[in-house]
Amino acid sequence: MARRQAPEINAGSMADIAFLLLIFFLSVTSMDTDTGLMRQLPAIPDINVPQDISKINDRNILEVKVNKDNLLLVEGELTNFAQLRELTYNFISNTEDLPNMPEKELVNLPYFGNVAVSKAVISLQNDIGTKYGVYIAVQNELIAARSVLRNNISREQFGVPYDKLDEDKKSAVDEFYKVPISEAEPKRIGEK
Amino acid sequence: MPRFVKTGKKTLSAISTASLPDIVFIILFFFMAVTTMRETDVLVTVRIPEATEGKVLEKKSLASFIFIGEPLENLQALFGNEPKIQLNDTFKEIGDIQDFIAQEREQLNEADRTKMIVVLKIDRDARMGVVTDVKQALRRASALKIMYANTNVEKLTLQQ
Repeated sequence: MARRQAPEINAGSMADIAFLLLIFFLSVTSMDTDTGLMRQLPAIPDINVPQDISKINDRNILEVKVNKDNLLLVEGELTNFAQLRELTYNFISNTEDLPNMPEKELVNLPYFGNVAVSKAVISLQNDIGTKYGVYIAVQNELIAARSVLRNNISREQFGVPYDKLDEDKKSAVDEFYKVPISEAEPKRIGEK
Repeated sequence: MPRFVKTGKKTLSAISTASLPDIVFIILFFFMAVTTMRETDVLVTVRIPEATEGKVLEKKSLASFIFIGEPLENLQALFGNEPKIQLNDTFKEIGDIQDFIAQEREQLNEADRTKMIVVLKIDRDARMGVVTDVKQALRRASALKIMYANTNVEKLTLQQ
């Protein structure tokens, strides 16, 4: 029996079909990546576990408050937003060992050896009437000040910026400038 | 007298389009691979704040989203124009967050549950009162890793 050749399928419209699919996926694709400030919330304290109530020395705490009118208070003084980063930077580094600035503690860190580490803590307080945008801006400045310090020490020690370090070195640098930013429970003064 | 003479028919050989489907398919596959279908319709206006220190969210699959903002204009007749919380596709209250987190956690596989991250997409004009309530609810639900979504800018200017 003579074998009949299968008729060739016209592939001319293939391109059109592919284009249709392509346009569909093009339109539903969202390539934007999400960026944001990473934070770790404190766990709810367990009532059965005794709490560490040792008070942090006053000189170690940088008090940052944002009130309901979005005004910024640093250590009880009205401060301009533009100064916040530098103020925080100076507070954490305390290069001149001033008595009203954070103490330093000698610890042994990997890669660094015995170093004096600042015990600074930043306490951020906001009112319930504070605008979220302002709150984020303030937090951003605090984190920025800390990142600048981490970056500096990273360049000094390893010769590369912080972002380029591997995980081990990163955590060593994190230990060096730990500077936890704590968010206190908000004050309920702005409530109507 | 010069005359314009048609010197024969010029035949331009047609460009073969046989490989066009292949090219298009390659592009198609690329987009299919990078596509993440939009899962939720955002029902609130969220103009997320600007910041300079934002880090890129690396694993989107581990993220759950909470939106807070004014309801869209066409929904304002129904829901008012106070900032509301949106979980998945509906407006919810603070009390529902715990269930929402439990549900989202359920969807992750066991190994990833501790790495779950909650992305807060909050309008910059929202008040901290509602944000704090959400944060407390997240603490109670022990979803402690959060990210305040923002757009990255080179320099931050604040209008107070």
